Amino acid sequence: MSTTQTSRGADRLRADDARTEAPPAAGLKAVGGVAGWLDDRTGAAKPIGYLMKKVFPDHWSFMLGEVAMYSMIICLISGTFLTFWFVPSAGQVVYDGSYLPLRGVTMSEAYQSTVNISFDIRGGLLIRQIHHWAALMFIVALSVHMLRVFFTGAFRKPREINWVIGCILSMLALVEGFAGYSLPDDLLSGTGLRAAEGFMRSVPVIGSYLSYFVFDGPFPGEAIIPRLYSVHVLLLPAILVGLFVAHIGLVFVHKHTQFPGPGKTNDNVVGFPVMPVYAAKAGGFFFIVFGVLALIAALVTINPIWAYGPYDPSPVTAGSQPDWYMGFADGALRLLPGWLEFNAFGFTFSFNVMIGAILLIPVMYGLMAAYPFLERWVTGDEREHHLLDRPRNNPTRTGLGMAGLTAYGVLMFAAGNDLMAIKLGLSINDITHILRAAFFVAPPIAFWVTKRICLSLQRRDRDLVLHGRETGRIVRTADGRFFEQHEPLDEYTRWLLVQHDKHEPLQLTAGTDEHGVVSPTARKDKVRAALSRFYFEDRIDPVTPAELAAAHHDGHALEAIEEAPHEESGSRPALESARREPPKRP
Amino acid sequence: MNALAARRRHPAAIALLLLLGLVVTGVAYSFLSPKQADAAPAAASQVQDGKKLFLANCATCHGLQAQGTKAGPSLAGVGAASVDFQVGTGRMPMAAPDVQAPRKRKQFSDEEISALAAYVASLAPGPAIPDADVSSGKGGDVAKGAELFRVNCAMCHNFAGSGGALTRGKYAPSLRDVEGKHIYEAMVSGPQSMPVFNDTNIAPESKNDIVAYLHAVDKEENVGGMNLGNLGPVSEGLFVWVFGLGIMVAFAVWLGKKAA
Repeated sequence: MSTTQTSRGADRLRADDARTEAPPAAGLKAVGGVAGWLDDRTGAAKPIGYLMKKVFPDHWSFMLGEVAMYSMIICLISGTFLTFWFVPSAGQVVYDGSYLPLRGVTMSEAYQSTVNISFDIRGGLLIRQIHHWAALMFIVALSVHMLRVFFTGAFRKPREINWVIGCILSMLALVEGFAGYSLPDDLLSGTGLRAAEGFMRSVPVIGSYLSYFVFDGPFPGEAIIPRLYSVHVLLLPAILVGLFVAHIGLVFVHKHTQFPGPGKTNDNVVGFPVMPVYAAKAGGFFFIVFGVLALIAALVTINPIWAYGPYDPSPVTAGSQPDWYMGFADGALRLLPGWLEFNAFGFTFSFNVMIGAILLIPVMYGLMAAYPFLERWVTGDEREHHLLDRPRNNPTRTGLGMAGLTAYGVLMFAAGNDLMAIKLGLSINDITHILRAAFFVAPPIAFWVTKRICLSLQRRDRDLVLHGRETGRIVRTADGRFFEQHEPLDEYTRWLLVQHDKHEPLQLTAGTDEHGVVSPTARKDKVRAALSRFYFEDRIDPVTPAELAAAHHDGHALEAIEEAPHEESGSRPALESARREPPKRP
Repeated sequence: MNALAARRRHPAAIALLLLLGLVVTGVAYSFLSPKQADAAPAAASQVQDGKKLFLANCATCHGLQAQGTKAGPSLAGVGAASVDFQVGTGRMPMAAPDVQAPRKRKQFSDEEISALAAYVASLAPGPAIPDADVSSGKGGDVAKGAELFRVNCAMCHNFAGSGGALTRGKYAPSLRDVEGKHIYEAMVSGPQSMPVFNDTNIAPESKNDIVAYLHAVDKEENVGGMNLGNLGPVSEGLFVWVFGLGIMVAFAVWLGKKAA
């Protein structure tokens, strides 16, 4: 592709270092020929050029989503290999393979084929373990990616839809994982299915019909394994890949967000183009992820189905847990008290099961998907945001996130209450009681502590900007006084600490007009104002240029400014700070 | 014979005949009946030694006559198997009162344990120490043992015998590296929270299969790599969060720092 250059002032300065373009090599010419041939027939040059020229900023936390993407691709590749040998059938056979402790045992074809993949197919066990570890890694990485997006405010306009797509992706990934966990028909996966059947039955009124519909009759039946197989290898992967393409497509459309810094504004993206830098980096990272997963799979056992034995509805093993991503739902079941089950109108209502097993997941994901819209409504912020928030600069959001994470963590730990009991020598009853209390007590504490830490960090930032860095050099003046020299921050470091928005709670407009007629939205406005106060009542404003000048001019006058209440210290509207220009890139 | 035949209608004949029948049936029954597994007849001196050991080490909790106190249960009828299991695995004597006696280094020599077992067995009949041919696991069917284990034992001891939690700090202990004799004895004596699996419940040969299975698990090579304690998905989740994510983030930081 050629570009036309117009001679501008700056170009004249660089005229001497302009490299003379070497004539394209013969190989490149051939590539160009093929590309031209393709472009003539498909018109692909334009969209591909658009994609290849996209610029991506560099930060390690932006690669968490990449880890999830690569893990998913690895799951697709390794899963395809597994389908060559896996037999999704509940038909009973007698095992006669090479694993002696199962010889002569009656089992389903699904289980037998999984044992065969593990012991009789060359490389089968490795691929099975890669598949399973990659699945766990996929959901770990996407969860941490979601946390990064949440805490940096990357879900704000215009990216709300992509956040919702991400939430759906994450929820479907859980279902996809559970379907895969249930396929091999070993003791653990069968126990999981039995539990799932119980969950369906806990739905009031229609529960038993639902269970019969899904299992095509009473549990376990012969239908569930082939059905789960279709869902696991066909339906959900298709939806996941489709949503994933939409997700990444929107990233290209919106452009990637970036952390604030010198030269980085809300209107640009500072980084490297996909071709060639990001293609190389991301391509290399794919192989790193694949390599790490292969190494883990080669060294560490996952889901030793041969040790669990074939599924049979009568036995169950101690330590029957789902894979980690379903742990929070299992933990909720372990914490819910038994008195939530009662009889009424001739029916049994098992809310002790239903709340944790059926309601929790949609409610949790519903809240997560709704959050951007809630925050936008509360803050009244309709601007586009392409610069990320540092988590400390939005203490209430960060606190809410930590509270949610704490509640999730309590539930997840509850799923391992039996193992915590035996490994730590504790009583399982005590652990359960403590976690029950913690589910209600710990999130508010986490919110408060996080918010306070954020505010303290902001205070420190302010202090650093106003007073500069403590150098540790003690200077003695002529009249015998001692003071420590402070070194002002350089412009680039300072920019990072002062660039963020100044927040203010929305003011409640009068609920009645001049005729005393109540505004139709009065109640809504009141709620909104109250929520806005909750968000922004406690806040530390970024240092304004006036404050900085005052601090530099006279150290004592500054103290007076700092002591002054917020309302007086900065009266500039929030929008203005967004219009301030960052320093040019060094 | 004639004299006997002449008196066959004697009024006492029927009573005598009934008596004879009862005696014969009783004697035959005592020889042929399914016997309670009794302790091997112990020498009186061994019982005496055992009693001395008992009084010195066990009577504080179990009482001077082994009748039981608030601190420890009565030992009448627990049998030699129970003593051999509890003392042989170091569970008794307990170091301190607790919800459950943990396995630890055993405190007595084999002769002393035999003496204690003989004394306790002499109090009342109970399960005896099993023969090696049904408790060593030799010749047992591993696959059948695994099936029996899953049906009867895995719900508390976990699928690989790694142990599991019970209520209020009690637990089903790990079955790694336990002598076959002790596994068998635990099944017939039902120590602590464990139920008794008697011979009609699980036949001695089947118990041998279970022992064979557990020994096979002990010796099993970890084909898939490190087994993370055979504790199920929780340890796998912990591993992927700590090591999986840790390694990925380390690489991401490295790549993010790398100049283009």
